[in-house]
Amino acid sequence: MRQQPAWDDVAIGVGVMLLAVIVGWQTTVIPDNAIYAKVGPKVIPWLSTALLAAMGIALTVMGLRGGWEHEDTGETDYRSLGMLALGLILNIVLIDLAGFIIASTVLFALTARAFGSRQIPRDAAIGFVLALVAYLGFDRGLGYKIGSGLIEGLF
Amino acid sequence: MDTLSQLIAGFAVALTPYNLMWCFVGVTVGTAIGVLPGLGPALTIALLLPLTYKVDATAAFILFAGIYYGAMYGGSTTSILLNTPGESATIVTAMEGNKMARRGRAGAALATAAIGSFVAGTIGTIGLTFLAEPVVNFALRFGPAEYFSLMIVAFVTVSAVLGTSAVRGITALAIGIFLGLIGIDLQTGQPRFTFGVTELLDGLNVIVVAVGLFAVGEALHLAAQKKRPDGGEVIEVKDSVWMSREDWSRSWKPWLRGSLIGFPIGAMPAGGAEVPTFLSYFVEKRLAKKPEEFGHGAIEGVAGPEAANNASAAGVLVPMLALGLPTSATAAIMLSAFQSYGINPGPLLLQQQSALVWGLIASLYIGNIMLLVLNLPLIALWVKMLRIPEPLLYGGILVFATIGTYGISQSWIDLLLLYLMGGMGFLMRRFDFPTAPVIIGMILGPLAEQEFRRAMTISEGNLMIFVQKPLSLALLLIAVLALVGPKVWGMVRRG
Repeated sequence: MRQQPAWDDVAIGVGVMLLAVIVGWQTTVIPDNAIYAKVGPKVIPWLSTALLAAMGIALTVMGLRGGWEHEDTGETDYRSLGMLALGLILNIVLIDLAGFIIASTVLFALTARAFGSRQIPRDAAIGFVLALVAYLGFDRGLGYKIGSGLIEGLF
Repeated sequence: MDTLSQLIAGFAVALTPYNLMWCFVGVTVGTAIGVLPGLGPALTIALLLPLTYKVDATAAFILFAGIYYGAMYGGSTTSILLNTPGESATIVTAMEGNKMARRGRAGAALATAAIGSFVAGTIGTIGLTFLAEPVVNFALRFGPAEYFSLMIVAFVTVSAVLGTSAVRGITALAIGIFLGLIGIDLQTGQPRFTFGVTELLDGLNVIVVAVGLFAVGEALHLAAQKKRPDGGEVIEVKDSVWMSREDWSRSWKPWLRGSLIGFPIGAMPAGGAEVPTFLSYFVEKRLAKKPEEFGHGAIEGVAGPEAANNASAAGVLVPMLALGLPTSATAAIMLSAFQSYGINPGPLLLQQQSALVWGLIASLYIGNIMLLVLNLPLIALWVKMLRIPEPLLYGGILVFATIGTYGISQSWIDLLLLYLMGGMGFLMRRFDFPTAPVIIGMILGPLAEQEFRRAMTISEGNLMIFVQKPLSLALLLIAVLALVGPKVWGMVRRG
């Protein structure tokens, strides 16, 4: 009953094995000079390395034997995915540079675009108002600081 | 009765105007996020964790519990009217409830779900009231070895037993344990897995992980699909949101049966609401006078599972409050809120924080009544929320994800970590890995390590302590049985 390997599932298995390698490698660099402790700082990390490695192998084998069942997501929409990823990256870049409100407006508009909206100016306007209200409510109202920036400085 | 007098003291705490307000905010927000597809209580409570710096512990937990209960009510509205379950436990409600709505009986379906949730929520809360102390008294006999073994049971059941695949569940759990290890080891002072990033010395914040997995991951998953599952059509409520005499007589038994199925399963250190809802569905199908209606909108198939869902939600609070053992993602995040108040969850919680715990339990009774009002006469309000277009909804979710994350320390590194978690959540969603074990592993992992160390200190490094103590051995055997039992059973049956 050998089936064609499901290469995407194999890739996930290999990815988990890679994670195990990274976790294992980082475990070796944990300083272990504790004076007294029956269980040092490395024991549980080694355990999770082993667990990850075992699961990575199991997943890879499952992948090679035809993979496991998962929801049929159809064709991947790389354009939308890219649009959303761009929004997230711009958010990271802009939040320190231009402040929360501008970064969030951009993120909101690009997310809406990725979800199929075609009214970019309208979305940006809604995003701007939402971000402004949220900023005033959280930062000024509740004292939950979400940074400063170009527009934030006006208030 | 000692329990009753403590409960009355709890009502004195919960009925102060200040706490009533938090309860009301909680159930309202909870219903709203339950209604909105793609948002769940775990994500919402994670986003609201920063509140713990501003309000006292009792108010915060009353709020969180209100959200937790409210999301159960709201989730059923979405699954009945939209057929995209708001959360995994309402899949069953979506099966029969949506069919009922399509036949023009949306109002009756919503009513039996809301009243059933109320009945089950109240029964479950009564169960919690009377079970908490006996469980605590039993748990006070636990030493570190027993505790560690109990956590192993929880690890096995949440990762290997409840999901579709043990391998994928354990992978998720192992990732969670790894994420929980990041930061300075409190016992030895050594930094672990910080990759030289100073921000990681304090550990990875649970907000970052939960919001990344649940909000960002979900957004990426939906955006990546060219043909999204048809979720646009909201069925209109044409009939009145009430039940006929026949509906009542067909509903009340399933409510009670669902409660009796849901609460014990929720209260076991395994948790999960999926098992009891499916179990209740099959019980009702078997007992129904008109089984042929099942699959075409049988009211019993809504009433029973909805009750089971809510009762198990109350059940999950038993191990959470009495043992400090979270068995769902939401409970794990609530546990981390206890930690951020410097409160140690565990059997001593009930004694040391008795006003908090009993105030919280009392507020659950009050919240249930509020929810009944919010979800029957005011249902039209929530139906309107279902019409928020997806592009704007997800734009808003990601903006709020930014607020919750960036606000932790105003560092872009937290945002980067958030999106890395989102990428992982996307892959996990796409390849059908459960995400709750990640959160549970992350919160429970360090606690398990602590108990492990304590036990080893007591036994002077002898691992045998875990099998020499009878209770610990019994728990470990349960864990092994839960792990290999289903496989062996399958082999036996096939002969």
